[in-house]
Amino acid sequence: MSSVTLQDVRFVEPEGTRNYITHDYGALSWLLTKDHKRIAILYLFSITALFMLGGFFAVVMRIELLTPEGDLLTSDTYNKFFTLHGIVMIFFFLIPSIPAVLGNFLLPLMLGAKDLAFPKINLLSWYLYMIAAVMGLYIIITGGVDTGWTFYTPFSTQYSNTHVFGVTFAAFIVGFSSILTGLNFLVTIHRMRAPGLTWFRLPLFVWAMYATSIVQLLATPVLAITLVMLMFERVVHVGIFDPALGGDPLLFQHMFWFYSHPAVYIMILPAMGVASEVVAAFTRKKIFGYAFVAYSSLAIAFLGFLVWAHHMFVAGISVYSAMIFSFLSYFVAVPSAIKVFNWTATLYRASVALMTPMLYILGFIGLFTIGGVTGLFLAAIGLDVHVTDTYFVVAHFHYIMVGGAVMAYMAGLHYWWPKITGRMYPEWWARLAALLIFAGFNLTFFPQFILGYLGMPRRYHAYAPEFQVLNVMSTAGASVLAVGYALPLVYLIWSLWYGRKAGPNPWGAVGLEWATSSPPPMENFHETPVVTWDAYDYPAMMKAMGETQNV
Amino acid sequence: MSDIPLDDAVVEHHEHHPFLQHHFEDLGQQHEASTLGMWMFLSTEILFFGGVLCAYWVYRILYPEAWALGAEQQNKLYGGLNTIVLIISSLTMALAVRNAQLGKRKGTVAMLFATLVFGSTFMAVKGIEYWQHYHEGLFPGVHFTWNEVPALAPKVQLFMVFYWGMTGLHALHMVIGAGLLIWMMTRAWRGHFGPEYYGPVEIMGLYWHFVDIVWIFLFPFLYLIHGVHHV
Amino acid sequence: MSDEHAPHIHVTPMWIYIAVFLALAVGTLLTWWVSTIDLGMMNTPIALLIATIKAVLVILFFMHVIHSTRLTWVVVIASFLWLGVLFVLTFADYLTRMWKIY
Repeated sequence: MSSVTLQDVRFVEPEGTRNYITHDYGALSWLLTKDHKRIAILYLFSITALFMLGGFFAVVMRIELLTPEGDLLTSDTYNKFFTLHGIVMIFFFLIPSIPAVLGNFLLPLMLGAKDLAFPKINLLSWYLYMIAAVMGLYIIITGGVDTGWTFYTPFSTQYSNTHVFGVTFAAFIVGFSSILTGLNFLVTIHRMRAPGLTWFRLPLFVWAMYATSIVQLLATPVLAITLVMLMFERVVHVGIFDPALGGDPLLFQHMFWFYSHPAVYIMILPAMGVASEVVAAFTRKKIFGYAFVAYSSLAIAFLGFLVWAHHMFVAGISVYSAMIFSFLSYFVAVPSAIKVFNWTATLYRASVALMTPMLYILGFIGLFTIGGVTGLFLAAIGLDVHVTDTYFVVAHFHYIMVGGAVMAYMAGLHYWWPKITGRMYPEWWARLAALLIFAGFNLTFFPQFILGYLGMPRRYHAYAPEFQVLNVMSTAGASVLAVGYALPLVYLIWSLWYGRKAGPNPWGAVGLEWATSSPPPMENFHETPVVTWDAYDYPAMMKAMGETQNV
Repeated sequence: MSDIPLDDAVVEHHEHHPFLQHHFEDLGQQHEASTLGMWMFLSTEILFFGGVLCAYWVYRILYPEAWALGAEQQNKLYGGLNTIVLIISSLTMALAVRNAQLGKRKGTVAMLFATLVFGSTFMAVKGIEYWQHYHEGLFPGVHFTWNEVPALAPKVQLFMVFYWGMTGLHALHMVIGAGLLIWMMTRAWRGHFGPEYYGPVEIMGLYWHFVDIVWIFLFPFLYLIHGVHHV
Repeated sequence: MSDEHAPHIHVTPMWIYIAVFLALAVGTLLTWWVSTIDLGMMNTPIALLIATIKAVLVILFFMHVIHSTRLTWVVVIASFLWLGVLFVLTFADYLTRMWKIY
């Protein structure tokens, strides 16, 4: 068949045929599934639950920080709260979120494949995640951890009286979940693309997942071995990282950050992939500078490995290496900026449909830019000396992680919700939630830039009285944010029963995932599609549909 | 479109190889995917072992005397013997893959078995070394005793952490490898492998050779440091 | 339809396997012997060199990389490259700690 546009390609099942949800019934058919779509749903439940747990810790911290005195929690308990907030949010929410939910669901669909390369390993990934999560939960209930999510030595190895071993073991296990997901994606993208789907016809979400997977594959093992050494030291009391026993605490930090800096790119690259998809769909244009956006994902993945010690400027590394890392840190901003320029160029003079996913992505572009630029401030050693370990850093990474990654996750969830569930979410409630999240987010975190600049240190449950006004603003923002996050939980569940039924392509978007039913059948496509069109080939689609373009 | 729900009707139910998984188009794609997958897994292992090697080298540069002393405590004969044993097992593993490619059922089983034998020999010798070292008080922690050059004791203990840690991790990988070899032997005995389907044996080989490569580096690093001797 | 595209086979001749094995054995004996001679600073680089050559032989011939796809080569090289980044930038700190600023 010689199709020009997606309009010629129809893999839609007739009404009433079974889809991946109705294909099989019973708990075991879900818990023992090998279907990537069902595994994505399993992850969706898990990470939503863990997001709420991580959010709980944040809420309590923000309540404590309403007053300068440490009056709600003891300092030890507060230490546990920020530690657990970090561990849960980073390892159990942000790192899996877009890859494990949206990536798992969409990658085979976008590639025209029946499943990922290794479906059983995909299921294993989820079980590893769940085992680690249950361990983490047990540790939280039995006393938690107070070392900070960064586990710096020798406090974590010699002096902390909390469940350091247990939590690092849980982190070790969840790391393997991440590695296996990345491995699966890489092999699938390399070996299971549909005929005709060349690299430069791939959706940018696939490029983003590819880059993310490289980082997951190569960075996480170093975290794994570092945690193994930490556990060994904790149990056997030798001085791998303890200066009193001959070790170097900075070696721990070097190895820890070798993973943890690229980890932030694991968190943001998929978000950028979602942004490209949503911008294309809601402007009905090809992404400006497609190749640049694709290559910039790879550049971020690579450059992200070269900058880790910018987390260690004041830790005691040599001045010379600090200068090298600072210099390299400026470079990593360039590919991110390239993406922002290209999204902006796509939006320029476009007819932008301000549906919920687009609202989230517009927020993403702005907030990610602010977060990213403040990263450059931190890359300057002179500035970093003043603002490191203050709320400036806290604000910086929350702008990227929450204003960036979480908002993109919400955008993706809403954009692909009809595909995943066959239902539309209620648009007006969704827009309200998006606006509440945007407003609440900025009210929560912008004051923190100022607080950090003024000198308020992070990880303290008490602070000097002159910081109170800004802290109260921040907590007020957090309550708005909480409402904003609660709304989708309610209306998305509501939509499962009462949402308007969605057709195969409710957005009129270009992409293989939109060429099959909503929800898709178990095997995705009953015959392998042959791809002959470019990514985001809206001009061709519109021509075929007889519409005039709005360029 | 017909009345048959499309997801029930398999469009062409053709005879296919019993080990072709349904989400792959053909055996070639499956073979390429599984080989690539194993290589990617090995790249994680390179970073995993590489990480601890980086830590080892940092301390080797910082504490060269302690490192040389630590290496002196090793039994070079056992270590050298083990290296040769492991290299032989790599040869037999490569021959097992070759036999599978040629469809030689018994030859595949024999070579896999030989690999298992040599691998087990390695672990037996390692076990003897560990037992001896433990009784010499060289296990780090509360039982560690080091009476020569007391000033260097904590650092020699640190060397021992790396010795036990790295060889222990290596041994763990060999134990897993041994289990996988038994599984492969069972499958080979049942005649699963031949020229059109030998992937599992090949990726078994990749894993085994990787474990061999780790030891190729560990042997000189832990046993053969030519360093400054402290009187 | 049973003409599934079978995997592409390359059967390595026996003699190559034996030759590589002998090279590895010789390399082992060589590295042992060199470690007993005092070559000062050169002991370590030579040991590393011998070990690297042995590893390369195993990778190319036992692991069939010499006949493998370009992608396999990329994965192998990239892994060691990334490890190299860890080593180089970590040592950039450790080796410059004693440098004086003035």
